[in-house]
Amino acid sequence: MSPPAISATGLRKSYGDKVVLDGIDLDVAPGTIFSLLGPNGAGKTTTVNILSTLASADAGTASVGGHDVAADPDAVRAVIGVTGQFAAVDNLLTGEENLFLMADLHHLPRREGRRRAAALLERFDLTEVAKKMPITYSGGMRRKLDLAMTLVGDPKVIFLDEPTTGLDPRSRRIMWDIIRDLVANGVTIFLTTQYLDEADQLADRIAVLDRGRLVAQGTPDELKRLLPGGHLRLRFADAALLAEAARLLDMSTQDEEALVLQVPTDGSVPALRAVLARLDAAAVEVDALTVHTPDLDDVFLTLTGHAADDTNGQAADRSEEMAG
Amino acid sequence: MSTLSFAASDSMTMLRRNLRHMQRYPSLTFMLLGQPIVFLLLFVYVFGATLGDGLGAAARGLGGRAEYVGFVTPAILLITVSSAALGTAVSVAIDMKEGIINRFRTMAINRASVLTGHVIGTVIQAMLGLAVVTGVALLVGFEPAAGPVEWLAVAGVLLLLTIALTWLSVALGLVAKSVETASNTPMVFTLLPFLGSGFVPAASMPAGLRWFAEYQPFTPVIETIRGLLLGTPIGKSGPIAVGWCVAIAAVGYGWSKHLYAKAQHQ
Repeated sequence: MSPPAISATGLRKSYGDKVVLDGIDLDVAPGTIFSLLGPNGAGKTTTVNILSTLASADAGTASVGGHDVAADPDAVRAVIGVTGQFAAVDNLLTGEENLFLMADLHHLPRREGRRRAAALLERFDLTEVAKKMPITYSGGMRRKLDLAMTLVGDPKVIFLDEPTTGLDPRSRRIMWDIIRDLVANGVTIFLTTQYLDEADQLADRIAVLDRGRLVAQGTPDELKRLLPGGHLRLRFADAALLAEAARLLDMSTQDEEALVLQVPTDGSVPALRAVLARLDAAAVEVDALTVHTPDLDDVFLTLTGHAADDTNGQAADRSEEMAG
Repeated sequence: MSTLSFAASDSMTMLRRNLRHMQRYPSLTFMLLGQPIVFLLLFVYVFGATLGDGLGAAARGLGGRAEYVGFVTPAILLITVSSAALGTAVSVAIDMKEGIINRFRTMAINRASVLTGHVIGTVIQAMLGLAVVTGVALLVGFEPAAGPVEWLAVAGVLLLLTIALTWLSVALGLVAKSVETASNTPMVFTLLPFLGSGFVPAASMPAGLRWFAEYQPFTPVIETIRGLLLGTPIGKSGPIAVGWCVAIAAVGYGWSKHLYAKAQHQ
């Protein structure tokens, strides 16, 4: 097996007394998409910053493309490309000039630089706006220009830090297609995201990051097996109907106050039909029904015991201390 | 390619980027150029006649406004340089807020090239500014006694001063927490010629101020330029001026590099 494109052991990083990364180990095989999944503040960007030589780790080692990030950052920089969460484009240069700037900084011959810039503009559907300032672009176009700039240097390893955050669904799809294309050409991609569906769509392997720790790692299928399945939520008009339904349906849990019954399901139509048929047969009328499929919140709840948006837990603890 | 030629080609790329910025956002350039011209006209036409009469021992015997144009032009040239340097602090501070700097930091390019590009851009801007301001000074009655060698020496001293103040401004731009701070701190450079021999002879000031005026770095630079342009005695001012410029440039360069390196390893 070829050596990993990205590898990290025991990465730690604190800002002041706030621990951002608390011992991260990961390996990414060449030519694959690796996704670091986690909510805001989990430490995703810090991990990217360390691996892309923007920040140094307090402890631990990391290598990218076989080069140690601390000992030989320039060798790492020569093989990577980074597209961050905030567009790293020059707002006073046109889209085309931004690409020329990258070509010059990669010391490409002028003709080759022009050729690559034109090809990337064409590929990302930006030819029409090539001579306009990025300030006039839509969010999706800016993100595409940003990624095009990253690609001018033909990087072997690409870091994408939340590449679709803030994009509309259509731009998001386009970005996903672009990412799939890249990896088909042998590039290794390190992708961070807050969206489970994005990691699921794209990644060969997913690592779940929570408060600076990796709480799970595996293929999307392996991770989904860790998840609780989806469930149906059935609401009834009164307690008698609720009790009757609970008797009819195995493994259900009832919330008597809300008159709601939760029934585990795999989310398929036959399963749904079976539940409704059983209730129909007993003439138990359902007031309202919702199907709940697992999402990032469920992953977090299952893996960490707290909700994904509860990232300020530590800060809240601190303010309680201060109050007391 | 060797490291050195990478440094040169990356700096040239960054310079092209900065020149393009100046071209796209010309109002900053015009403002920086406008300030010394306004000062020149103000001091020549509003205060010039009175101040020229009061020059006393520093005078060449012309008196009045004609006298004062010659006296004040070196100070206005210095303000032109300060003004351009101030622009660098602002544009460096603006640049540091942009995501593109982080992109540069993840690329295998010469580290200092971003800063060098700013400095060379400002030097070019300042030299053009100095040419325009000198032209305006000649139009309002400035009659220099300098020959080609003196003019060349003036250009050399001003170039050295520009490099020194610009590197210092780069550091001030990097250390500033906001763009506003970056534009305020280097204002001191514009003020210093007033607290020296730029607008009136230092000898006419009260004791404490006079002591400051005689020992601050701008005074020997002004005395040197004035001497070269008008033929007044230069004395030891020449080497002192060059010494100050080299020292400020070295401190500014070292401080800038340190701040830039520190910013990337938070």
